[in-house]
Amino acid sequence: MATTMGRLDSANLNGGQKLAVKYFLVAGILFGAQILFGLISGLQYLMPELLYGVLDFSVNRMVHINALVVWLLYGFLGSVYWMLEEESQHEVVGLKLGNLIFWVLTSAVTVVVLVYLLVQVGPGNQTSLWLINEGREYIEAPRWADIGIVVSVLVFFYNVATTFSKGRYTGIAGVLVLDLLALFGLYLAGMFYTPNISVDQYWWWWVIHLWVEATWEVMVACIMAYGLMKVLGVRRKIVETWLYIEVALMFGSGILGLGHHYFWIGTPEYWFTIGGLFSALEPVPLVAMVVHAVFDAGARHAKNSNHPTMAWLIAHAFGNFFGAGVWGFMHTLPQINLYTHGTQWSASHGHLAFFGAYATIIIAFFYLAAQRWRGGVWMSGELPGNGWKWKWALGLLNLGMIGMTVALLISGYEQSQIERAIEGSSWIGYFAAQAHPWFIQGMWWREAFGVMFALGFVLLVWDLLTIGKGETRAQQAIAAE
Amino acid sequence: MATSQWWSSESFWRKTAIWVTGGSMVILILLTMDTLPQISAGSKRVPAYSVINHRIEYQLDNTRHVQVPVIGKEEPLFGVKLTEEEAEALVSHGKMTVQAKNCMNCHTLLGNGAYYAPDLTKAWLDQYWGNSDIRETQMVEFIKDPSNKLHNSLNRRMPNLGVTDEEARAVVAFLKWMSAIDTNGFPYNFKSIEQEN
Repeated sequence: MATTMGRLDSANLNGGQKLAVKYFLVAGILFGAQILFGLISGLQYLMPELLYGVLDFSVNRMVHINALVVWLLYGFLGSVYWMLEEESQHEVVGLKLGNLIFWVLTSAVTVVVLVYLLVQVGPGNQTSLWLINEGREYIEAPRWADIGIVVSVLVFFYNVATTFSKGRYTGIAGVLVLDLLALFGLYLAGMFYTPNISVDQYWWWWVIHLWVEATWEVMVACIMAYGLMKVLGVRRKIVETWLYIEVALMFGSGILGLGHHYFWIGTPEYWFTIGGLFSALEPVPLVAMVVHAVFDAGARHAKNSNHPTMAWLIAHAFGNFFGAGVWGFMHTLPQINLYTHGTQWSASHGHLAFFGAYATIIIAFFYLAAQRWRGGVWMSGELPGNGWKWKWALGLLNLGMIGMTVALLISGYEQSQIERAIEGSSWIGYFAAQAHPWFIQGMWWREAFGVMFALGFVLLVWDLLTIGKGETRAQQAIAAE
Repeated sequence: MATSQWWSSESFWRKTAIWVTGGSMVILILLTMDTLPQISAGSKRVPAYSVINHRIEYQLDNTRHVQVPVIGKEEPLFGVKLTEEEAEALVSHGKMTVQAKNCMNCHTLLGNGAYYAPDLTKAWLDQYWGNSDIRETQMVEFIKDPSNKLHNSLNRRMPNLGVTDEEARAVVAFLKWMSAIDTNGFPYNFKSIEQEN
């Protein structure tokens, strides 16, 4: 072990972790693609002629949000493989198959993206939906890829469930396995065609909402529980009790919180009450998660074995609370949502929520991976250069995101005021709002902060590739409780 | 010891998590069973596809205090009255075209999608089309090749997506049908196109 200290050496990783770093590498590349296509589509708001007819907004925006979904899923898969052997105290069952599926899935993702970029659209028939693009936001992947995804996740599920049942079946394992089952099962709700758009969107939200506002949240709660044990040395009994509390609060609010998407799609009016009430409760578990993380860190005077990971876990706790919780709550009540639904408010909320709740915690795991890959090196205080790279990356990414969020929110306020409240939601009203200087100003600021975010990403990549290089100190020992 | 309290015990919260999750799912399934018939095509809220044979208006409902679609006299789309099956086939072709052309990554439909282009929920009723006499032709021509049509002062234009004449007519049928869905008053305070008697 000592001979490889400070060098990237796969001998430092267990079987599951070797697979995990592959997932993390692809996740990182897709994260970069997401930012690139986000910058292009943001710029098209300001320069509509840019790439017009070549790479239209619809294409760039689709790649932007699909790269997001896929890199986060890759991050989750990687994080689960990362913790699997330690948590179960058993080698990953069926690892070879897991490896094979990684390559199958990654090839499929590559083909899907190439078709998005090169073919873009097809004629209005089933063949287009099967081969090119299903045309449903977030789950645009053509049907052949849907089936590939289902097969892949079945293998992943087999790896996880069998490893836990052959090894140690912990509380985290129990929650994780059931959550994965729900997560993958829900994907099936998005795999059909109907001419009835109300029915279409009814089930489409089962996938989108019950992913990001329920099963993904529980997924990150599991990852967080492991992370806190790992870097802070928190006792298992505490994190697992918290995990159950979070699951109860999260599913208790999030499952029926689905109702806040059923205000305007043709569904009956009783969803106003159900959706309004339960989605208003959705921030509660996120507060619990902040309390959990901050209390645990404070109780140990923030003494931990991996400062970047700990910082990103705290960023996650607050980002989740503000992005998903506060920004979601701001426009979740139907009386407000009537004016904000389908405006830049949603974009503002989407940006901060996806970043705060999900991107942050996966970045935290990138740092755990970098640490172990280099032989379990020191990553606490007194890093070379005082750790300026990870600190600046953290600052630029978070400030860039907050800046984009606020800029989009200002545009969103202007849009709901002028387009909805004053002009009456007609197309003339829409363009009156889009052409308003306040709106355009928001779009410029969003782009500027997007560039800041991109710089943060470059620095993050540089740091992840170099942190711990040549380090001779072993990671800080954390006293087990 | 705090850990001996029932409310801080692991097993209490595990059971709570299971019951809360299970209970929520059961309620959601029951609500879904109630909602699905109410949004099936041909229901009160989501009209049959043959509604495209009729005039559609969006009027203030004095009891609900929001605008609701009102299905008026017979006014067949493109002047041809369709049977229920023909109407469904046409609307379905339109919906499939909307998906295959990835409309949702610029536009919103029922408020969901992207925000680069206007909402399509009441596109059929929008004043942009001038008046109801020229609307159908205007819409078909626009969808087939919007690139050289008047858009807005921003120079933000819809690209030519290679939509055929048949597909464009189907999309118009889909848009007309969608405008007849009762969306609880969304979009709010909408000002419709002039429709002569």
